[in-house]
Amino acid sequence: MSLKAFHIVFIIFSTLLALGTGAWCVWVDLVEGAPIYLAGAIASIAAAIALIIYGIWFYKKMKRLRIIT
Amino acid sequence: MEIPYTISTRPDTGLWNAKIGIWLFLASEVMLFGGLFSAYIFLRIDAAPGMWPHGLLNVPVGTMNTAILILSSVTVVLAWASLKMRRYRAYWWYMLATISCGVIFLTVKLAYEWPQKFEHFGAYIKPEALGKYEKYLGNERRAEKGMEPRIEITGHLHSQNAKEYEVALDPVNAEPDNPSMDRPHFFPLPVTDKIATIEKEDVERATMFLPTHSAYFASYFTITGLHGMHVLGGVLVFIYMWLPVSKRLYQRNPEHLANRVEVSGLFWHFVDLIWIFVFPLFYLL
Repeated sequence: MSLKAFHIVFIIFSTLLALGTGAWCVWVDLVEGAPIYLAGAIASIAAAIALIIYGIWFYKKMKRLRIIT
Repeated sequence: MEIPYTISTRPDTGLWNAKIGIWLFLASEVMLFGGLFSAYIFLRIDAAPGMWPHGLLNVPVGTMNTAILILSSVTVVLAWASLKMRRYRAYWWYMLATISCGVIFLTVKLAYEWPQKFEHFGAYIKPEALGKYEKYLGNERRAEKGMEPRIEITGHLHSQNAKEYEVALDPVNAEPDNPSMDRPHFFPLPVTDKIATIEKEDVERATMFLPTHSAYFASYFTITGLHGMHVLGGVLVFIYMWLPVSKRLYQRNPEHLANRVEVSGLFWHFVDLIWIFVFPLFYLL
């Protein structure tokens, strides 16, 4: 597996982590009722969206530049 | 004699040597970390109900460190892509950013997170003496609510003599009957100025938050320590590849340097992927 492919796998795992962290923040907010966790949930989901956008951009860029290893 | 297949691929494997080497190495690393993660999970499953520590780590700091490692994976792959496009200047800057991220991660871990734990103290009270420290443990209320009893008093060790410990209490022991203390606090609460005196004869064992404190901290320091050593190794390799010595290799054979950056980038991604599992296991769950 090339670095390019491993990077895409890594970004997928990072996105899942961000979504999981967002879900965890929502759960803690429901239990504790602390708004700071809701802010954490929003930030985590925003990070997940940013990672998805980056992942797509990276894949397209590598394809366009034809960096194949 | 020149080492073969550092740039071109071997006809039988279709890969150059270093790539096979790094994947064999990473396979052994999977077994190493897999064993440690399994040990952690089994220790946790086997812990008595309510006895496994939860909420002792600083989640905002851990989240920041996670973001730094993810960013470093982005910069290292961009450094490699820059070499592939023969843009050495861009490579130099991306590599510097990667090194900086690694150094920041290690600094936060070694200068902030770990020392905070080393300053903290916990005393496990003997079962027969729990009643004596009811005002710090709040076990009567917990029993009424069907919760597991507290058996540890924590805080900063103020002083000690041959017979007693004096502890500046954590909020959980300063206000044990406050219902909000029944839950873990992922944003750490500061130690209070309330001092408790604990007689040594009532203590089953007492230690700072070191690996000897509990199976939780033994696992935490082992796994994060081993991970930190991997981060340090990666940073040292990246520094070598960032120094002028690598520019000379680039001038001689840019593809050779790109291959070196690729295998070290694979190692770095693996190290970051380990952290992607460490963070939720230790900080969140």
